[in-house]
Amino acid sequence: MKALIVERKISRFAAARVASAFGAGKGAGIGPLRLTDTATPKDRGAAWVGVTPILSGVCGSDLSTVDGRSSHYFEHIVSFPFIPGHEILGLLNEASLDAHGIERAKGQRVVIQPVLNCIVRGETPCAACQKGDIGRCQILSSGKLRAGLQTGYCADTGGGWSEGPLRVHSSQVFAVPDDMSDEDAVTIEPMACALHAALRCHHDENSTIAVLGAGTLGLGVVAALDFLSATKRIVRPRRLIVGARYDVQRSFARAFGADDVVAPDQLSRAVRLATRSLVSGQPTGDPGQLSGGADVVVDAVGSAESLADALKIVAPGGRIVMVGMPGKISIDLASLWHREVEIVGAYAYGMERFGKKEIRTFDLAMELVAHHHTGQLVSAHYPLERFEEALAHAGAAGRRGGIKIVFKPGSSRATNKKED
Amino acid sequence: MSPRPGFVLDVDRSTPPTLMWKGESFGLQKLPTGSRVIYAPEPFDALEDPETAIREALENPTGDQIPLSAQLRSGMRLTICFDDISLPLPPMAAPDIRQMVIEAVLDAAAAAGVDDVVLIAALALHRRMTEPELRHALGNRVYDAFAPHGNLMQHDAEDPDNLVHLGVTDKGEDVEINKRAAESDLLVYVNINLVAMDGGHKSVATGLASYKSLRHHHNPSTMRHSKSFMHAPDSALHTANWRMGRLIKDSGVNIFQIETTLNTNTFPDSFQFLQKREWEWNLRDRVSFQASSRALDAAPKKMARQILQGIKAPHALRSVYAGEVEAVHEKILTDVWAQQGVAVEGQTDIVTMGLPYICPYNVNSIMNPILVACLGLGYFFNLYKGKPVVREGGVAILFHPTRPEFHPGHHPSYIDFFEQVLTETKDPVVMSEKFEEAFATDPWYIHLYRTGHAYHGVHPFYMWYWCAHAMEHLSKVIIVGGDPATVRRLGFHPATTLDDALEIAQDTVGAHPTITHLHNPPLFLSDVT
Repeated sequence: MKALIVERKISRFAAARVASAFGAGKGAGIGPLRLTDTATPKDRGAAWVGVTPILSGVCGSDLSTVDGRSSHYFEHIVSFPFIPGHEILGLLNEASLDAHGIERAKGQRVVIQPVLNCIVRGETPCAACQKGDIGRCQILSSGKLRAGLQTGYCADTGGGWSEGPLRVHSSQVFAVPDDMSDEDAVTIEPMACALHAALRCHHDENSTIAVLGAGTLGLGVVAALDFLSATKRIVRPRRLIVGARYDVQRSFARAFGADDVVAPDQLSRAVRLATRSLVSGQPTGDPGQLSGGADVVVDAVGSAESLADALKIVAPGGRIVMVGMPGKISIDLASLWHREVEIVGAYAYGMERFGKKEIRTFDLAMELVAHHHTGQLVSAHYPLERFEEALAHAGAAGRRGGIKIVFKPGSSRATNKKED
Repeated sequence: MSPRPGFVLDVDRSTPPTLMWKGESFGLQKLPTGSRVIYAPEPFDALEDPETAIREALENPTGDQIPLSAQLRSGMRLTICFDDISLPLPPMAAPDIRQMVIEAVLDAAAAAGVDDVVLIAALALHRRMTEPELRHALGNRVYDAFAPHGNLMQHDAEDPDNLVHLGVTDKGEDVEINKRAAESDLLVYVNINLVAMDGGHKSVATGLASYKSLRHHHNPSTMRHSKSFMHAPDSALHTANWRMGRLIKDSGVNIFQIETTLNTNTFPDSFQFLQKREWEWNLRDRVSFQASSRALDAAPKKMARQILQGIKAPHALRSVYAGEVEAVHEKILTDVWAQQGVAVEGQTDIVTMGLPYICPYNVNSIMNPILVACLGLGYFFNLYKGKPVVREGGVAILFHPTRPEFHPGHHPSYIDFFEQVLTETKDPVVMSEKFEEAFATDPWYIHLYRTGHAYHGVHPFYMWYWCAHAMEHLSKVIIVGGDPATVRRLGFHPATTLDDALEIAQDTVGAHPTITHLHNPPLFLSDVT
């Protein structure tokens, strides 16, 4: 099958890292990613099913990998060579049970919950997975699969950036409603991440929430907070402020329910104004460290700069939710100590709880996607052959008027919404 | 030879290009044949002996007041309030008229044995003046005698301990002013009447007021019904101030008002060409123009700003009156109009104006985009009596680079206003309802206003409200040479040249519009019939 694969070649990772200095996604041409014909992943027996990708998204973590910028932390929880692509809409190659234990027919459209947790690996479920919190699974490198935190990072399963089929455990399969578009469906996985992050905010009705970054995840958190409050699962924060660099991002942020949408360099001013904070030091163009600040800051960027900015605008005793994937960064944490700020991660998904009710994040994400039609974030489809263009586009999506770039493995030509 | 009056020039093919201000630079602009250019009257002669004129005014008060010396006695509380950095423009070459008047008042107070004397800069919601600015306005002798002892204050509209609520007018307006001033035995107000809107009851009722009081007349409705600010009978702003002023008087505050007019000698020798008629430029003027315009264009923006902000105007005292507020003001208005009035027949489709580097709110600071709008539409547009120079539904064409630059120390709330308010609405009514209170009561802005040198948080709203009448009157505002994104943020249209601007205006005023250019500064007031 035709597939994009990532190989463990140190020189290529280094070259990609250099190239990516000229822009995210620029490592695609000379980095560890290449297009090749490769064997389909082997059938793994009962409870496993083949899935042929229809669409597969490009996520920020994929770009980091392609650009050789991922943290060394991941070295032992991925296995090479792997086929990237964990945001996957596909077709079942044969009938299979899904995550709810419901029989699904061959040809059913499905999305994949990609976490390769202990249940998928055939291991005794860990404490987290027993509760459904699969994102916190303690077993990501043992069992019947080689290491891999998700489909798309494991040498045994295949990934979405291929003609397929990839191999998927039935517990990973979620059937897509017939009336949901392909574009909406391919955003279910990132929206599940966004929902989980929104629920990590732990805010109340008096809270101000600031969202740093308005790519797919940042916008997803905005949409998730709006959706969850509209469906009475959580309260709406008093004020939701988004820092968005590009017009297209600002437009979606407003459409998804943000109260204030400002340029990133104005976010601290907007938060200061909304929270009626004072500022340490003399007034400058950037207010600097606020005396008060937002009760919750969602960092949907994951860089040293974004975390430093988050620390400047979060209130004493406040919380920073890191949903953007960070790496090794250097940062002054004096204010974290002095102002008793919490920084929490928000990775993936699992089971969400509302009082005594539990619901899988993926099921909730299906509702969110249907509510906000987040498929409108999909800006362009690319065939696998044009992966360099696709990744360059993804790396510059906002500047080029887009948000989410996806591969369409079965197609031979690219389509851009603006060009259509 | 007596100074020549202002006049309206009809541009023909032989008319030389007109000097056009463009913020921190200027150039020559050829205006279309048939355009009109309004020139200010030449500066009146200075009073030969200003010190004597001041002392005579203090001892021969106008209206229902008794001479200053008769009101001064040992043991009394005397408060002398004075206009702030916003007047005059450009700042006056030393000695400043405030220094001259205040020294005369202090001499009289000393002679009478008054030792409880406090000076207060009547800031309203303007920024606090710096020490050099205060020294310039008052002179070193006065500054050194008062400041070290805490007897030189700057009005703090956010200091609840030093405000007093005097009552409510019959229109429901709160009158809350500076407590020390209100509770003094005598309040002397030293005013500079740069234009006709200055002075009168506005001096105390606005200059010494709190936000709670100011909000009653600094709002979109009042501004839209002030046509114009320069003619009190047609100005809702002045009507409100007069109601408040009379309440202040009725509540027992004894005000001894001193009002002064300056002549319009605006620029020093090296920049004299800026206030001369172009066809009368001599060789020196031409050389000065070429040298200064090229230097300003070539200089880094910061340096160009420093050069221009360093200009001190050779303004000279033209008249001074003292006594009862309304009587004094009536006399001073006659003098202001005599110096600045220009008879203009009929309105035109388009008014053009070159905006200079300075307005009342960016002395020693940066002319940010909101102040650009205010200078053009709030001030220059409103320099009329009768009716605006431009017809209703006409177009204003402004010349200014309109860069998105702000002084973070002086105008912190302007930055947020530009980024957060103007991105959502340009409508003065909508912004007043949705945003004004949050800005006005913001603790950081209040902190910076009280302790730093920042304009009050609500100030950018007031600047925008000043434009309300013009924005309602005009169908289009075009800024030639302005940063396009910034101009659009203001809700206006950018153009690169006058020809472009005229083309943009065409759909509103047709292909052959009538045009009037305001050759300003020096300041003039159009009496449009």
